[in-house]
Amino acid sequence: MSQQVNPTKLTVALHKLTSCSGCQLAFLNQGATLLELVELVDFKHFIEAGLNHPDEKVDLAFVEGSVSTPEDLKRAQQIRQNSKLVVSIGACATSGGVQALRNMADGNAWMQAVYTRPDFIATLATSTGVAEHIKVDFELWGCPITVRQVNHFIRQLLFGARPRPEAEKLCMECKRRQLVCVMVTQQAPCLGPVVRTGCGALCPAFGRACYGCFGPSEQPNCHSLANRFAGLGLVPREIAQRFASIHSHSKPFRKESHHWQAIEVKEIE
Amino acid sequence: MAKQRKIALKVPFVTRLEGEGALELSAKGDTIDKLYLKIFEPPRLFEKFLEGKSYQDVPDLNARICGICPMAYQLTSVQAIEDLFSIQLPDHLIQLRRLMNLGEWIQSHSLHIHFLAIPDFLGFESALSMAKQHPQVLQRGMQIQETGNALMTLLGGRSVHPVGLQVGGFGRLPELANWDAARQQVDQALPAAVELLRWTASLQLPDYSHDFIWVSLKHSEIYPINGGDITTSNGLTLHYWQYPDHFKEHQVRHSTAFYSLLDGKDYLVGPLARLNNNVAILPDSIKQLVNDNGLVFPNQNMFTSIQARAVEIILALTEAQQLLAEPCPTGDAHLPVTPQAGECCYCTEAPRGMIYHHYQLDDEGRVINCTIIPPTSQNQARIEQDLKYSVKKFGLNNSDDALKFFCERVIRNYDPCISCSTHFLEFKIVRK
Repeated sequence: MSQQVNPTKLTVALHKLTSCSGCQLAFLNQGATLLELVELVDFKHFIEAGLNHPDEKVDLAFVEGSVSTPEDLKRAQQIRQNSKLVVSIGACATSGGVQALRNMADGNAWMQAVYTRPDFIATLATSTGVAEHIKVDFELWGCPITVRQVNHFIRQLLFGARPRPEAEKLCMECKRRQLVCVMVTQQAPCLGPVVRTGCGALCPAFGRACYGCFGPSEQPNCHSLANRFAGLGLVPREIAQRFASIHSHSKPFRKESHHWQAIEVKEIE
Repeated sequence: MAKQRKIALKVPFVTRLEGEGALELSAKGDTIDKLYLKIFEPPRLFEKFLEGKSYQDVPDLNARICGICPMAYQLTSVQAIEDLFSIQLPDHLIQLRRLMNLGEWIQSHSLHIHFLAIPDFLGFESALSMAKQHPQVLQRGMQIQETGNALMTLLGGRSVHPVGLQVGGFGRLPELANWDAARQQVDQALPAAVELLRWTASLQLPDYSHDFIWVSLKHSEIYPINGGDITTSNGLTLHYWQYPDHFKEHQVRHSTAFYSLLDGKDYLVGPLARLNNNVAILPDSIKQLVNDNGLVFPNQNMFTSIQARAVEIILALTEAQQLLAEPCPTGDAHLPVTPQAGECCYCTEAPRGMIYHHYQLDDEGRVINCTIIPPTSQNQARIEQDLKYSVKKFGLNNSDDALKFFCERVIRNYDPCISCSTHFLEFKIVRK
């Protein structure tokens, strides 16, 4: 196929692996700014929007979704070959997503429990982030990622700047918004001290504890926070579950969750 | 007479759907021997990983079933659990939930109409490629979609995987300034939606009407989102508890999604099913608009789904306008919650159709087991039956390209959300 590439326009593909499709809405929910974006970049592949050219070579490939099937793995490798830059977007692509909760269990047993004929369905034993399988150049964390993240990233590229990851702790953003600390005032088991910024500190603004949908921050001290949760009265199983949610397969959360999962509590009669 | 052509059509990706699916069609002469809508979206096993989770975590995890209708999944579980815990919300919280729900319908329907469906009618590959020639169509769509997103954000903090809903109410009540801004946005979007309806009514729609059963919630006074009986066009009126008595799932080799049948028959859920069942209780002003635009419901032409969506957008904006005309609510954002052990179930209407959830909880409110049946698994058998009927009627003598395009259009009428169709009922195996 002949291909006309406007050298001034960045060519972009958006691929989907195992996901809820929610991160694609950071593109489709943009409103009027989407029209500005299509002036700046040239979408080549974006099935939900109607563009179906999965094998076309592009400058920039966004990948939504985790690697959870043999097909996902094959597609991830093709994406790498066809793209100058690969950017994983969202919890699934960065750390395996909610479906990675099966990594902590017997995935096969789960398949057999849900499907009468699990043999009809090819899956991998685990659900993992894209960077575990191919080289990824940049990651946009968040479940879901935001319009701001996408546009900021693309603009940085277009200006020739090297995009920098935003990895400071949610607590910082929460403080700057001058929200009342839910852990201090309500003893709520908030993950804010170890979670990456980017959501706008939504949950504390709603008076509830952060449940970690943006994944681990830079240098997260999960163990110290988990001990604090124990001090608030959470039993080990509950502490393990705080870390085993949206980003259960991210290294720091996985480690902390395993640690507390292993601790049994016996009631003394 | 022309030689009998053998058709072997394989469409690896049907575009402009939420999630990914494929189509396979093989035929000889005018006999179709295989027609599959293949859903190959990988299983995510929600029903297993919810086991052991607290009722407080269920809505956040359920949201991740679907990025376009996260609230529908949250709310179905929240309401099932509230039923079990004997929580009765005060009026102002019920109204706020309805407002947020209306927002989800508005954004989802508008996304479907403008990004997924309209390129079919205007002859474009994608909405992005029609931006230059039809900016006004797209901008109108975006205005409506943004309004829906704004209503979800007002109550949930964000429109994808919102955080505001919880068992017992909301995390907080809306702020006055945001309430007023939302009202203004809704006021402006309503005339745009009326214009949209007129535009959809002017489209030349194909007509492949045929007999089928439709199913939705039905309520005597209010257009159903949550609440009402499960009502089928062949005369059944069921409570949520009776769902498993009539609706059964089975698995087929070519698809990861289960097929749901009503007493052994395929059936439709979604906007056309809802409007067919509830047209009589539309507000008079909207009935008038439907009549003025020459639309007739109930009908059995799936291509009128785009018009049904436009009608529901107007309904949603009209109701939202009324709700927002009230003063910004004050009072408690949520009620106290005391977990109880037991079983519960609930149905709500997601933008794409009815959802059924069933939970068994222990005395701390932790999930022992659950069942979640999304709209697409319910529509899958119907889509295939529709294709089998309409493709023959359309003519198998058409070129492969024309057949492919026709099939894709038929599928898009249903707005299947394939991402959410991949985790189903745990059922017992009966071996003989």
